[in-house]
Amino acid sequence: MKIHEFQAKSILSRFGVQVPRGEVADAPSKAREIAERIGPRVVLKAQIHAGGRGKGGGIRVASSPGEAEDIARRMLGMTLVTPQTGPEGKEVRRLLVEEALEIRRELYLGIVIDRAREAAVIMASTEGGVEIEKVAAEKPDLIFKEYVGQTTGLLGFQARRLAFKLGLEGDTLKQAVKFIGGLYRAFEASDASLAEINPLVVTGQGSVLALDAKMNFDDNALPRHLDINAMRDLGEESPLEVEASKSNLNYIKLDGDVGCMVNGAGLAMATMDIIKYSGGAPANFLDIGGGVSETAVTNAFKILVSDKDVKAALINIFGGIVRCDMVAGGIVKAAREIGLKIPMVVRLEGTNVDVGKRILEESGLAFVSAPDMKTAAEKVVALVKGGN
Amino acid sequence: MSILVHENTRVVVQGITGTEGTFHVQRMKEYGAKVVAGVTPGKGGTAHLGVPVFNTVEEAVARTGANASAIFVPPFFAAEAVMEAADAGVGVIVCITEGIPTFDMIKVKAYLKGHASALIGPNTPGIISPGKCKIGIMPGHICKRGTIGIISRSGTLTYEAIQQATKLGYGQSTAVGMGGDPIIGLKFIDFLKLFKEDDETEAVILIGEIGGTAEEEAAEYIQKDFKKPVVGFIAGQTAPPGRRMGHAGAIIAGGKGTAAEKIEALKKAGVHVAISPADIGLMLKKALKS
Repeated sequence: MKIHEFQAKSILSRFGVQVPRGEVADAPSKAREIAERIGPRVVLKAQIHAGGRGKGGGIRVASSPGEAEDIARRMLGMTLVTPQTGPEGKEVRRLLVEEALEIRRELYLGIVIDRAREAAVIMASTEGGVEIEKVAAEKPDLIFKEYVGQTTGLLGFQARRLAFKLGLEGDTLKQAVKFIGGLYRAFEASDASLAEINPLVVTGQGSVLALDAKMNFDDNALPRHLDINAMRDLGEESPLEVEASKSNLNYIKLDGDVGCMVNGAGLAMATMDIIKYSGGAPANFLDIGGGVSETAVTNAFKILVSDKDVKAALINIFGGIVRCDMVAGGIVKAAREIGLKIPMVVRLEGTNVDVGKRILEESGLAFVSAPDMKTAAEKVVALVKGGN
Repeated sequence: MSILVHENTRVVVQGITGTEGTFHVQRMKEYGAKVVAGVTPGKGGTAHLGVPVFNTVEEAVARTGANASAIFVPPFFAAEAVMEAADAGVGVIVCITEGIPTFDMIKVKAYLKGHASALIGPNTPGIISPGKCKIGIMPGHICKRGTIGIISRSGTLTYEAIQQATKLGYGQSTAVGMGGDPIIGLKFIDFLKLFKEDDETEAVILIGEIGGTAEEEAAEYIQKDFKKPVVGFIAGQTAPPGRRMGHAGAIIAGGKGTAAEKIEALKKAGVHVAISPADIGLMLKKALKS
């Protein structure tokens, strides 16, 4: 799960990580009030779940409370397009209004889980303010890493080693060591999957602060972090994806026009792949999972066809725990309720396949059946092309 | 032979009295797996589905000689269940549970370093040596005894591969799902090493997906040290970056873990890669004839 910058900063400050003074504004007058308190010079930052905000005009400086109000009026409600939002952009509904700092150095600090080493890895770099992937590709020797031992946690010397490598000294070094320790504690205590401070800044006075903060969390651990779970912003997610998550379905919207509904994540990805291989383009990833009910199948069907881009769909089920008759029952029920407005190819295999096929046939609905994955993909692609 | 589970595998099921445990233990028994014990703390001394239930894994092992475990406990308790099985000296631990937090698994992997147990999963459909033993949730009836080893990060896609192989007349020595999570027990390389030593296994099907570097590591090992024919497939060739595709581990992060990189690495290592998932069986036939 992703959260906003202001939410990440509120979590981090609880762990002793220094962040600039700031508050959230959802109205221009509020931006003025905040600037009067912490200004006069402030930075207004659009709160959306995507990076690269500065490039799209999502980060602006105001030198007075009046200017802050003017800028906020223009920013709130605007559609912000950044390299990470896609061309459709995201609506700005909130601004973080922060004190403007005098910045001497921009550094980078990030924590992720290293899958191969099976440990959290802390990465620091002198090249702050740019994408770390770019630094990794162009100047890999400027990224310093420390792996956190499972039994020891982050050790003091590891944090110091990073701070020294960043070229810090004196009180700034001490602050950075404390900062790194706090960031790691926040990461572990909240079951994060990513914590990224880019840039980490050193101010003219030698203070160390998180100018930006990004945190992502391990979805599997969210049930034990109700405070973080409550930070989920459904307004940032696609409506169909939100609808799907209510039925415990894994749905991801893609660019193509062939819808698909599959049981199991691997088979669902493979189904997308074979649609492409057969000359089509998948419109979505949809895994109905293993413990699915007939109602969830009905909901999955409705979500699938409510995507306006979908011109035909492929249902690919390999029954193991999931029974084909139950899936067939679910899709027939949905098709009767909302109609079968697009061609739909169904491939059933595995547990109770014969009963499942009979349910589809006896429904009298125009499902196209296919004996295997390849035929199913070819048929659905032909139907999409024929319809154009 | 076969790998990890055989005729003599004696299974203790952790979480046997739960809904999932109950459902799948019945199917494991129908398949002929020797389920000798169950563990549910507080229900020791009772029996469930004709299987004696114990309070601890240690007791189950001492009283029944169980040498493998199947874990069906809820996600927040599963990491501890793995460690309890390892502590009791269980040789093969199969953790079916999906949804275990990553930090819990980091803890488990550190704990396992001091133990001899092999962990399969979590978030795995399990392991089957057709005609001998099944631990997990895969449909046994699509499998057939034979000489093909199958290793996969997925569930239903494994069934697809098994079925394609079976239809062409190729049975399986052992088919195993290694799990769809970012941090798991045995990986491709570990299974390949076991298949290498297994006389019954003639060829291996390796089914990977986007995310992580387990396939690249496998490719390196195959090139260096694995002479039997290998057929590969990588799911997620059309997956967008930055999105978790169902499995917690199936995500292209920071431009890394794409299907293209993995296919390239496998091809370089001499693996017969099927680009279409419908061609896994045909590719196997081709690999065995070449």
